[in-house]
Amino acid sequence: MKRLLAVGAVVLTTAALAWAGSEAQPKASGAPKPVITKAVKGEQCVEPTDIMRRNHMKFLDHHRDQAVIEGVRTKKHSLKECINCHASEKTGSVAAAKDDFCVSCHSYAAVKIDCFDCHSTKPQGSVAMHPLNAETAHYKHQLAAQANSKVSAEEMAGVAQ
Amino acid sequence: MSELKSMSDNTPNSPERRRFIGAAAATAAGLAIAPGVILVEVAHGRSEEQGASSAVRWGMLVDATKCATGCNDCVTACSTENGWTPVAESAHPKQAPQWIRKLELQDPLTQMETNLPMMCQHCAEPPCVDVCPTGASFKRADGIVLVNRHTCIGCRYCMMACPYKARSLVHEPLNDTQKADVPRGIGCVESCTLCVQKVDRGDGNTACAEACTAAGHNALLFGDMNDPESEISKRLRELPTKQVRADLNLNLGVRYHGI
Repeated sequence: MKRLLAVGAVVLTTAALAWAGSEAQPKASGAPKPVITKAVKGEQCVEPTDIMRRNHMKFLDHHRDQAVIEGVRTKKHSLKECINCHASEKTGSVAAAKDDFCVSCHSYAAVKIDCFDCHSTKPQGSVAMHPLNAETAHYKHQLAAQANSKVSAEEMAGVAQ
Repeated sequence: MSELKSMSDNTPNSPERRRFIGAAAATAAGLAIAPGVILVEVAHGRSEEQGASSAVRWGMLVDATKCATGCNDCVTACSTENGWTPVAESAHPKQAPQWIRKLELQDPLTQMETNLPMMCQHCAEPPCVDVCPTGASFKRADGIVLVNRHTCIGCRYCMMACPYKARSLVHEPLNDTQKADVPRGIGCVESCTLCVQKVDRGDGNTACAEACTAAGHNALLFGDMNDPESEISKRLRELPTKQVRADLNLNLGVRYHGI
């Protein structure tokens, strides 16, 4: 009798586990997560990644008003510079394909953006030919400038590509 | 402008001093490049952090006596620089954008023909700004009249108000054909920006004026009308010029000679 009970318990436990497992399965394979591709150029964004994920729209809004109305066209927080770094290698754009940088998250979050009704999704010229300058304001460049250490031309070129 | 600005922080900015600095810098830099180019560079190169200044007023002098019949170079240069489809290539020519267009005028009595480009006149008192219900149509500190496409609702009131028919509406999606420097799109009004992207970059010239000079006509001259030493101010002092519809008293940024 005891043995029968034990077998019964084992069977029940297995069934319960299987049931729990089957319940967990669809959750894990729910909506496909956005593909976040690493920027083609640059090591670090102009702001820390978590701040950028939460607040990029605020930075962009502020910058656009400054640029359009005041004529202050700094590179930091400029949409053009976002595109320069984040344009995908495959499509050369931030919003042409489903996996491109901007579209990937925005379609996942179901937030429609109309930036690209007017703004070009592609960097000016080809990605590889983008000239490296210190004003691109990447952290690595800034730190290098602050530390006053000598960064070789090869290293800087490596950062750019 | 950056040099002048930084100096004026701790010294009184007298006109004599301004002129002296300008002349000195022009002579120093003039050794390297042509003098005409330098004057513009010295007067208007400003740093990225610095906004447009009301000390500057950008303007253009159109010499209609030099504007060649049949030449369309300014229009082509504008469409190439700013990425708008020329009227001839447009599927809907009546709706096609015209940031700048060539006009051929004939006096009915004397048969005299005049050629001139017509575009946004960058009024000091722009009617398009007066009527805009959202404040999208605005005049920048340096006199350039622009449309803020982030607030434009495409009502086209400004197009009605403009005495020069200088504005147009984008009717169809542009499908990512815009230039990276010149955002423009469906449902927004647009017009000549005096190549604001080039001005802010410090080029000190517009695409149309560059093309006109390259073609050897020299009918277009762009510059700072507030700087008494600029080429455009000197020419405006010498040449008799007119404002189109001067009766409206709008104080135009584009002046015509020979009309």
